[in-house]
Amino acid sequence: MIAIKNMDDRIGRKFSNLKERKQAALICYMVAGFPDLKMSEAVIETLVSAGADMIEIGIPFSDPIADGPLIQQASHHALTHGVRPQQCFELAGATRKIFPDLPLIFMTYSNILYRTGFEDFMYKARASGIDGFILPDMSIEESEEYVKISRELGLASVFIVSPNTKDNRARRIMNASTGFLYAVSVYGVTGVRSTLYDRSIKRIVKLRKISNPFLPVAVGFGVQNPDQVSMMVGAGADAVIIGSSLINIIKTSENNPNMLNDLHNFVLRMKNACRHS
Amino acid sequence: MPKDYHNEGRFGIYGGRYIPETLVPPIEELERAYAKSKKDPQFKSQLRYYLTEYAGRPTPLYYAQNLTRYIGGARIYLKREDLLHGGAHKINNTLGQGLLAKQMGKQRIIAETGAGQHGVATSIACAALNLNAEVYMGLKDTRRQSQNVLRMELLGATVHEVSSGSQTLKDAINEALRDWIANVEDTYYLIGSAVGPHPYPTIVRDFQSVIGSEIRNQAKEKFGRLPDAVVACVGGGSNAIGSFYPFLNREEVALYGVEAGGKGISTLKHSASLNAGTVGVLHGMRSYLLQDKFGQIINTHSISAGLDYPGVGPEHAYLKDARKAVYVSCTDRDAINAFMALCKYEGIIPALESSHALAYAMKLAKKIGRNKNIVVTLSGRGDKDINILLERKDFSRYGIKSG
Repeated sequence: MIAIKNMDDRIGRKFSNLKERKQAALICYMVAGFPDLKMSEAVIETLVSAGADMIEIGIPFSDPIADGPLIQQASHHALTHGVRPQQCFELAGATRKIFPDLPLIFMTYSNILYRTGFEDFMYKARASGIDGFILPDMSIEESEEYVKISRELGLASVFIVSPNTKDNRARRIMNASTGFLYAVSVYGVTGVRSTLYDRSIKRIVKLRKISNPFLPVAVGFGVQNPDQVSMMVGAGADAVIIGSSLINIIKTSENNPNMLNDLHNFVLRMKNACRHS
Repeated sequence: MPKDYHNEGRFGIYGGRYIPETLVPPIEELERAYAKSKKDPQFKSQLRYYLTEYAGRPTPLYYAQNLTRYIGGARIYLKREDLLHGGAHKINNTLGQGLLAKQMGKQRIIAETGAGQHGVATSIACAALNLNAEVYMGLKDTRRQSQNVLRMELLGATVHEVSSGSQTLKDAINEALRDWIANVEDTYYLIGSAVGPHPYPTIVRDFQSVIGSEIRNQAKEKFGRLPDAVVACVGGGSNAIGSFYPFLNREEVALYGVEAGGKGISTLKHSASLNAGTVGVLHGMRSYLLQDKFGQIINTHSISAGLDYPGVGPEHAYLKDARKAVYVSCTDRDAINAFMALCKYEGIIPALESSHALAYAMKLAKKIGRNKNIVVTLSGRGDKDINILLERKDFSRYGIKSG
């Protein structure tokens, strides 16, 4: 393997900066190529200018079992319009040029990496400026190769804990996770929802303090309004992840000339809620 | 069998458990419950009761004398799973898993279905065992198989149409998995084929192995030895693995899995994952898949909706690599010709799925010659397929028009 110089820990630095300023991070998810690649660049710029602290770029997969209808449809749209990993690398590369310190994470499904080969795919991702991966169908039992290559390349491997994850297992997941831990706040797939479990978040934050105090906890799935963000931050979350609620705005682009404006205002409000702690 | 065969939820490099974290606790609960039930004499006797008194086991091993004479080669025997209640082998698995769900105290059962056979078998088992069934079915399939939708509803199940993705079986599985993720505490996912995350491929294989065990005993009664070949169709591969499993250590029995060659493997309009696929991860398992070079799952085709799936059970993937079974394919046209032959010579209307196995068995019979015995698993009956045949322009009641 070609040696890569140990890149800056953008994710870690971002979290410590925010901690000093007593803020939680706002992590924004978008689907690469939805509604098209050019718009994706504008979407990322808008998200960041409105206060997004990190960006998750979704690489579309044909069978996204952990995603609800909004992200499914956005992924399907991108795929049928020819979005392939190469374009996602290019989008990451373009974003990296504009925002040298912005943590950038790829979110996709295991098969996308498996098909190309973990090492090859992750190397390319690293070279295009990506800082880590989230693979919602990668269980820790199957993750040996993935984790090993993540470490070698200095990429964060973000694993997920659920409300029903037992304490012992949660500790093992934390040990495999770098960058941050992704705590799912609900039973279910991604999407907008009214009930979130702050109790399970409190539990995870408590557990985290016992096992790995340096690993930030990000909460995601179903977060759709500033009140929920405040609740999660109040429960101890170091970051809040929003996705479907953004896709819901981005999908209006075809007949809404103010889409980017709407997106900006929404993210601004969500980020403000991260500041009350 | 080699040492890496079935080791901690894997068949060699295949199988495993690629699932969202929320599904880990219910999958582990299932694994524990199944390990317990497997050894429980009361569970076994309950299952035996339902299989014999309700489903109609054992099924006959019928010597297809007329067809054998017509082909002029090895003797062809039919394992008549089509005679089971519901008209297909699927009920072996739905009764087994239904009882398991009951043992686990899960009242709400979800299932996916392609053509509707597994959905119907799930609805039947749930009605018999007093469970509530909800079945996910692709929108395209609900239109192609509207009669099966009605059957499921008559049997008390709720059918959810799936309009995402390609609107067929793989999307129905995606949607059932999503439902399960949202309802892990009270819901049992009753998967219909030998696919999915561990322990499903093993559970389904075990419940379907009754087919192969009966073949083994009946073969000895009918012709005093084991069959020379066992032939079964492979979509996800449940009837095939159930037919093969009891013979895996018997080198003298050749095992043939027949995939759907659709319009021909070179046309890319087929469902032959083992013959033309590459290794990948889908629906919680590592196996052979039909996918593009970027890892996107591609749309499959088969005249038989039950074989129209872009993946295959991980145990078959292992058996292929280990050369313990041979995987071939038959085209839509081969299957229809075999379908016609069985109707005409034996008075049996086979499912289009099973017609693939039959088509290959007919070729094989000619090839290996007289004094050999071939067993074909006739996994289901074909009444459900009549409309599909009538929709084909080249079909008449005399068979496929040539040219």
